[in-house]
Amino acid sequence: MSEAPADRPLEFEERVLLAKRTDAEINQAVLQPMLRTSPRFWVLVGLLGAIVAWGLYAWSYLVTWGIGTTGKNRPVYWTLFITTFVFWVGISHAGTMISAVLRLLKADWRRPITRGAEAMTAFALMMAGLYPLIHLGRVWKFYWMIPYPNNRFMWPNFQSPLMWDLVAIFTYLIGSTLYLYLALIPDMAMARDHTDGWRYRLYRVLGLGWRGTQGEWHKLHRALGIFSVVIIPVFLSVHSIVSWDFAVTIQPRWHSTIFAPYFVVGAIYSGLAALATILVIVRSGMRLQEFLRAEHFNALGRLVMIAGMAWTYFWFAGFLVEWYGNEPVTRELIQQEVAGSLAPLFYLQMAANLLPIALLALRRVRTTPGLLLASTLLVNVGMYTERLLIVIGSLQRNYLPFNWGTYRPTWVELSIVAMTFAGFALLYTLFSRIVPYVPVWEMKEGRLRYSLRRIGRLLVPTAAEIE
Amino acid sequence: MAKVAKPSAESAATGTSRRWAMVVDLDRCTGCQACVVACHAENNIPIVGEEQAGYGRWMHWIIIQRYWEGEYPNVKARFMPVMCQQCTQAPCEPVCPVFATYHSPEGLNAQIYNRCIGTRYCGNACPYKVRTFNWFRPEFPEPLPEQLNPDVSVRSRGIIEKCTFCVQRIRRAELDAAATGLTLADGEIQPACVQTCPPSALFFGDLNDPDSRVSQLARSHRSFRLLEDLGTGPAVIYLKGGETNV
Repeated sequence: MSEAPADRPLEFEERVLLAKRTDAEINQAVLQPMLRTSPRFWVLVGLLGAIVAWGLYAWSYLVTWGIGTTGKNRPVYWTLFITTFVFWVGISHAGTMISAVLRLLKADWRRPITRGAEAMTAFALMMAGLYPLIHLGRVWKFYWMIPYPNNRFMWPNFQSPLMWDLVAIFTYLIGSTLYLYLALIPDMAMARDHTDGWRYRLYRVLGLGWRGTQGEWHKLHRALGIFSVVIIPVFLSVHSIVSWDFAVTIQPRWHSTIFAPYFVVGAIYSGLAALATILVIVRSGMRLQEFLRAEHFNALGRLVMIAGMAWTYFWFAGFLVEWYGNEPVTRELIQQEVAGSLAPLFYLQMAANLLPIALLALRRVRTTPGLLLASTLLVNVGMYTERLLIVIGSLQRNYLPFNWGTYRPTWVELSIVAMTFAGFALLYTLFSRIVPYVPVWEMKEGRLRYSLRRIGRLLVPTAAEIE
Repeated sequence: MAKVAKPSAESAATGTSRRWAMVVDLDRCTGCQACVVACHAENNIPIVGEEQAGYGRWMHWIIIQRYWEGEYPNVKARFMPVMCQQCTQAPCEPVCPVFATYHSPEGLNAQIYNRCIGTRYCGNACPYKVRTFNWFRPEFPEPLPEQLNPDVSVRSRGIIEKCTFCVQRIRRAELDAAATGLTLADGEIQPACVQTCPPSALFFGDLNDPDSRVSQLARSHRSFRLLEDLGTGPAVIYLKGGETNV
């Protein structure tokens, strides 16, 4: 990708370039990568599928023999499963951030990346939703948490943050899946009109008989407008509630009032970074260079940087108070982090979270896919480490020193964590071959904004004010 | 926190007049672990083996915490038996999604094994870390099954368990008293640990009875509750050590 001089907006010319393409050309540019699958693609699918299969074996091993096959002990009752759960819920936040917030703000650069972001939300939530099941001692009784009239004559305990979790995550999963699907309907109809065979039958069902009439567009825009507003409080509540799983207890380092906004900001940071990572990979994998351009990575990189700054502020605000308060157990935990057994993780967290902020301040890093990939991957290494420190690190210490403990992960836990990473990648890969990755109708709509107008003998690039 | 756990409000609400409590005299405890053995036998607690215990997976409902005081060679061992504190405001209770931990009318913090699905949230919420988890299917090698207590259920894997103040003994004594029409005398109910303790470091009784042994001991100037500033209102009262023997 060529570097643009600061004063001359290269993006604008690129937009005009896209404006010259016909609708048919855009359709083909999006549909072609879906229809052509290289052997490399099937190798990737096979590899990811193998990891998922291994993880499922590990899970069945866990269910057969008991939670003892993980590295959990007393007092470290929650470990990698809950850590990774928090991580995936965090990742899921960028989808809403990108589509809903940026749609409401009418940020134009969101158009080609909304679908990728929404799909990321849905799949990350599916992966997150597995962990509350996996970590149960008796997973076969999980339905006892579901509120329905039953022969035990019992409702679940709505005082428990785990119940809030259940409600919030299901609401968010349903909401974000509907949101993803709503914006998908016109493109399903487009794909229906350009394919045959099983794809045609699939798209005909998913397209819901969309014809593209004025009334249909009106309803779609109304629905998307409502969803964009309604889903924002849901998305804020989900990670707040995840943070309250920890913050409502009196476990030192968990019991903190700043946890809810701190977790939300951290979720946005890691989620946006993950989106940038995925976009860079999909862009080269599906040859979408024409749609995912420097301007998009530039804007996304900036957002990641700002989210990173906000995370740093919240982290500092929390850490300072805990350190200054100097409670004995908190002091011990901070000692462990800064100079004790948790120090490697602590410094990894700080380096991997702070370095990308500095890197992403450079335009060159934001617009060079390789550098952007490296710095956003680093962000998620840092954010995963942060969750490790919060969940596992804190639990190793508590009020009575006799009850202190240490934790070592086992192959069962590591395999199941790997399973969800591979499962996410697998779902995403298959999704990108079945569903148009770039929202074609949004692209075409956005394209209308930019045109070359002839004023006298001068060709002037113009932008119109449309929604 | 009030010095004495709030029994009056609780009993008024539930119509019972009892608040079971235990007193642990730290000066009398020798760290002999007899209470731990008695508890295992009474409550069908599985033995996890050396390796698992070393990794923090032992399942004792009462644990003798040992702390060293002073610098070598002038070191003293201090022993502190810690069991479920049967908190008035128990942090473990509200976090359970399926009501497996709940507050009984007599102020006991009850664990209902059959409801537990093993989120282990209560274990994280408990500041005393007295809740133990069945990491594997509990095993009772021969001839241990011969001595399983029929009054106590044998738990399955994947659930949390903890000290109950030997609720089966409390219930039996109460039922017997109701059947015979006699009132329960102080000290008639003894959990296994109290019954076994060779130096009589443990006492059990009703804190709402001002004349009971535990009430008298609770008024001692040596009495304190573990992590009192957390506001959990424990029903286990410790008598500070280091005064009568060293």
